[in-house]
Amino acid sequence: MTTETIAPTAQARRGRWGAGSIWPVVVILVLLLVAIGIRQPEFYDPPALLAFLKRSAPLIILAAGQYFVIVAGDFDLSVGSLVTAEVVIAARLIDGDPAATGPVIALVLGFGLLVGLVNGLVSTLLLVPSFITTLGMYLILVGAVYTWTGGSPRGALSEEFRMFGRRGIEGVPWLGEIPYAVLILLVLAALAVLAMRSDFGKVLLAVGDNPRAARLAGGRVAGVRTVAFVISGCCAAVAAVLLGGFGGVSFQVGAGLEFTAITAVVLGGVVLGGGRGSVVGAMLGALTLQTLLTLLNLLGVAGALASAVQGLIILAAVAIGGLRART
Amino acid sequence: MSTQALTRPRIDSTNGVWLALGVTLVVGGILVATDGGSLFSQNSTVSLLQRAAGLGIVAVGQTFCILAGSLDLSVAYVISLTSLIAAETMAGSDGRVLPAVLAVLAVSAAIGLVNGLLITKLRINAFIATLGVGLLIKGYLEQGYAGPAGAVPVSFQHLGYDRVGPVPVAFLLFIGVAAVAWVVINRSRYGHHLIATGGDLDVARLSGVRTDLVLIRTHVICSICAGIAGLYLASRLGAGAPRVGAEGGYDLESIAAVVLGGAVLAGGKGGVAGTVGGVLLLAVIDGIFNQLAVDPFFKQVVRGVVIVAAVAIYALRLRGRRAAR
Amino acid sequence: MDSTEPPEALLAMRGVGKSFYGVPVLSDVDVDLKPGEVHAVVGENGAGKSTLMKIASGVYQPDAGTLHVDGQPVALHNPRAAQAAGIGIIHQEFNLLPERTVAENVFLGREPMRRGLVDRRTMRARTKELLASVGAESVQPTDRVRQLGIAQQQVVEIVKALSLDARILIMDEPTAALADHEVELLYALVRRLQARGIGILYVSHRLAEVFDLSDRITVLKDGRRVTTLDTRDATPEALVRHMVGRELATYYPPKAGAGGTALVTLTGAGNARVRPLDLELRAGEVLGVGGLQGSGRSALARALFGVEPFTTGRMVLDGKPVRPRSPRQAVRNGIAYVTEDRKADGLALSQSVLDNALLASRAVRPRWFGGGARTTGVRALLDAVEVHAAGPDQEVRYLSGGNQQKVVLARWLAMAPRVLLFDEPTRGIDVGAKAAIHELIRDLAGKGAAVLMISSELPELLGMSDRIVVMRDGTLAGELPGSASEEAVLSLATGTPHEVTA
Repeated sequence: MTTETIAPTAQARRGRWGAGSIWPVVVILVLLLVAIGIRQPEFYDPPALLAFLKRSAPLIILAAGQYFVIVAGDFDLSVGSLVTAEVVIAARLIDGDPAATGPVIALVLGFGLLVGLVNGLVSTLLLVPSFITTLGMYLILVGAVYTWTGGSPRGALSEEFRMFGRRGIEGVPWLGEIPYAVLILLVLAALAVLAMRSDFGKVLLAVGDNPRAARLAGGRVAGVRTVAFVISGCCAAVAAVLLGGFGGVSFQVGAGLEFTAITAVVLGGVVLGGGRGSVVGAMLGALTLQTLLTLLNLLGVAGALASAVQGLIILAAVAIGGLRART
Repeated sequence: MSTQALTRPRIDSTNGVWLALGVTLVVGGILVATDGGSLFSQNSTVSLLQRAAGLGIVAVGQTFCILAGSLDLSVAYVISLTSLIAAETMAGSDGRVLPAVLAVLAVSAAIGLVNGLLITKLRINAFIATLGVGLLIKGYLEQGYAGPAGAVPVSFQHLGYDRVGPVPVAFLLFIGVAAVAWVVINRSRYGHHLIATGGDLDVARLSGVRTDLVLIRTHVICSICAGIAGLYLASRLGAGAPRVGAEGGYDLESIAAVVLGGAVLAGGKGGVAGTVGGVLLLAVIDGIFNQLAVDPFFKQVVRGVVIVAAVAIYALRLRGRRAAR
Repeated sequence: MDSTEPPEALLAMRGVGKSFYGVPVLSDVDVDLKPGEVHAVVGENGAGKSTLMKIASGVYQPDAGTLHVDGQPVALHNPRAAQAAGIGIIHQEFNLLPERTVAENVFLGREPMRRGLVDRRTMRARTKELLASVGAESVQPTDRVRQLGIAQQQVVEIVKALSLDARILIMDEPTAALADHEVELLYALVRRLQARGIGILYVSHRLAEVFDLSDRITVLKDGRRVTTLDTRDATPEALVRHMVGRELATYYPPKAGAGGTALVTLTGAGNARVRPLDLELRAGEVLGVGGLQGSGRSALARALFGVEPFTTGRMVLDGKPVRPRSPRQAVRNGIAYVTEDRKADGLALSQSVLDNALLASRAVRPRWFGGGARTTGVRALLDAVEVHAAGPDQEVRYLSGGNQQKVVLARWLAMAPRVLLFDEPTRGIDVGAKAAIHELIRDLAGKGAAVLMISSELPELLGMSDRIVVMRDGTLAGELPGSASEEAVLSLATGTPHEVTA
């Protein structure tokens, strides 16, 4: 037998700091927030803080969705292209007509669900590694959107559609405006945490850890994995609605978001390959990434170089986490 | 249970792609012919092979990574960077071609070394490590370059434009790189260790294989292949281009080509022959759609479907074989 | 430094100690090995056997003590250094690459070279010679390892060690995966190696083997060496006493009387791996299933549990025809399956003890509210089966094999199953925990469950079963009463004619 008993102290150390733990990302986040506070104390004015949260909401939501997929042992590389597709579709269908907003939002959410469902079914029933499934989906969505629009986005989003990403409940004392994006974020975050505490979440973790054992314990492995993809697809749809509100309609809206989301999840201590890490960690990872970008902005690091600094800090953070996990 | 597997003709994933290629050529040839064109005309063959060359060289490098159970997402940025290094070092002068080539190889090898060290010494997941390095290079490129830079002398453009009969020189370069890679993987000691490392890291390590060294070498080789592709693109474009790699989608497409060739993402299974088949298949599909004048964006959709379908077929066949045992 | 090494010792380990995170796993252990000797190392799980073997093979470095090979001090910084010193190790889980050929596996890491490339012809020829030298001509150097049987794979492992000119061979539970007739082949091979002057350190849980093969026995307990005995002076009882520090009075709990009513009835049930067979599982009874590895024993259990469902015939559960098409349906029908390979099939190793014990309940009967009572119930079950862990939130990977198995048991007990399928329930589990698990199995049957128990260990099979069926080539070779002899089971399992004196 190779299972020698290892001392509880060692496990505790590993449990608190090693792979799957949220503490490293909390420390990084606090350091970044302190740095921002020193540089620009106004950042902590409630309205500014809420505005920052509003900007962060789409990435945090995407990271939460990606978390479900990653913790089950899969990847979802299609979310970036899905966000683009959703925004472009919404713009073309709404075409500035406010009356179309409601049905189109329903359609956007439904499309996200459908894409997630296809990703899940192809990965589970056809046994295609999810890296390939979602890579294929990425190619398909990009190609399909370009084909459908003939190369440049058409139409425009209605003000009602953009409201979710832009506006909020106004005139709240002290806080000023509470952005809808933040409210949506809070609701989804609460749902995500609840889901991971539920039986579904625990089975999902077991599936990511050891799918054979989960199946032999009576778990619906294919079903659980598929649900994870559906959650990721729906989160991407919500993120698309918010992002459509912030910015303009372009093919670049979602570009690269899949990698950013995966990076955020990993930064949050979640292990690629599944079975370890928490959804809170994943969301904090996304918040940390946004904080980092804000800080770089404040420090006057130009947009282009920011991606280099971002790369460096991610490598450092993950390396430190990895070295701590080493036994 | 073992005799069955021996006697049954083995159409496994690596030669399956060649079968698919044959079928695609025949069906596509007929389709194009009925449309009034020819898939095998000089022009279309040349552009088909031309297209295959760039992706092919990167995919051969990516094959090493995937065989080792790793992957390299930084190749797209390495291609852009090395195209710039090549064009700026040459600066239009014939005499500076050699130093430029050497500089490209050195820089790409260094990037591969960094990738390898991050993965082996700092234990960063290959996905994140190469993504991070890619971001670093991307930042440098966006900071330093707004558009094409440098100039490639005419002498170096022979690589991008000359051909032997209907076969472009660049395609010969691709085949050459693939042939060397085949020998390295199948006949060298490093190749044996590479497949062992990808097949089972612990087994390799306990057998005395220095797996860290193998992984580092693998990433150096992969990056150098990307550098060679960068050289080719510089010669093709006449200058260095800061976005040529990312816009070409070389990172994900090279992985797709390798997987299309029957390699298993988890490592230890696959080969250069399959990758060459995968690259050619993608190029032929492109060629057919060009001839049929299908919306260029629609090709992308078909690509996605083909890749997923191919892997699904391999996976289902593999399960079928397991169940039969 | 101890300079009084006996000159004849091939390998001498003196005062070896090793700690993990400040917790000593081994302290002050002395072991030596002479040429042509089989030196068995025994002890319960956690006694430090594996750690000691890993130190001897260069996987771990000792914190204290010295290693001498041929009287020369050596420092084994990695497995490669151990190989160079002539130490080979045959691991419990095989270290072979299934997709590669035998020759490629044997020479992995030391491929012969010619003109800068691997000399494949020499590699094959030398592999062939080595295979012939251990009498394994049936294995070809060009065979892919995945096409070989388990015993043949072990031969490849041994040949791999020999190709290094190993004079010291470490065998860690070499028979764990072998069926009984394959064990005989291994014995023959070990004796052959012994005759060539190779010293063998032999780690095993099976005392019978230790007595059959070894010249000397070292007993470890809690990381210390208790004693080293000449095998001819030792008795199994004495050995067990040294290992656990107490006498194990009764190995097996008393059996039930006559079996109750039939709970599961199979009529002509079969699939690709199990030929159509008739079988009855009765309430209150332990039905033992004997047979060689690959005889269809596990396939039968997997079919009953819906992993690879029956495709023909009928299965009747409690008077109702059923045919589970998935483990989930089987669980819903009150069937539980304790798998042979705990780590690969049984546990989600990174999850907590509690989460693993709750897995089946959560997966099959998910609830959004009121999970608290269920959790309390499972905690009580974990206590009842006496799982020793730092707490219910400890990751299950850190538990010993016996405790891990108890976690799996608690998981199924929470489902109150009526039919339990056990596949090698005590494989790789130390003596103390083994008895506890036997008690639990018997207890379940006593409460009216139908138990099917697959075992390769004949004493366990005979000691536990009320009735025994033996499988061969995917079908039932015969049925025996619980009082059958080992010979009767073996003759049915191997198909050799034997007077069944039952």
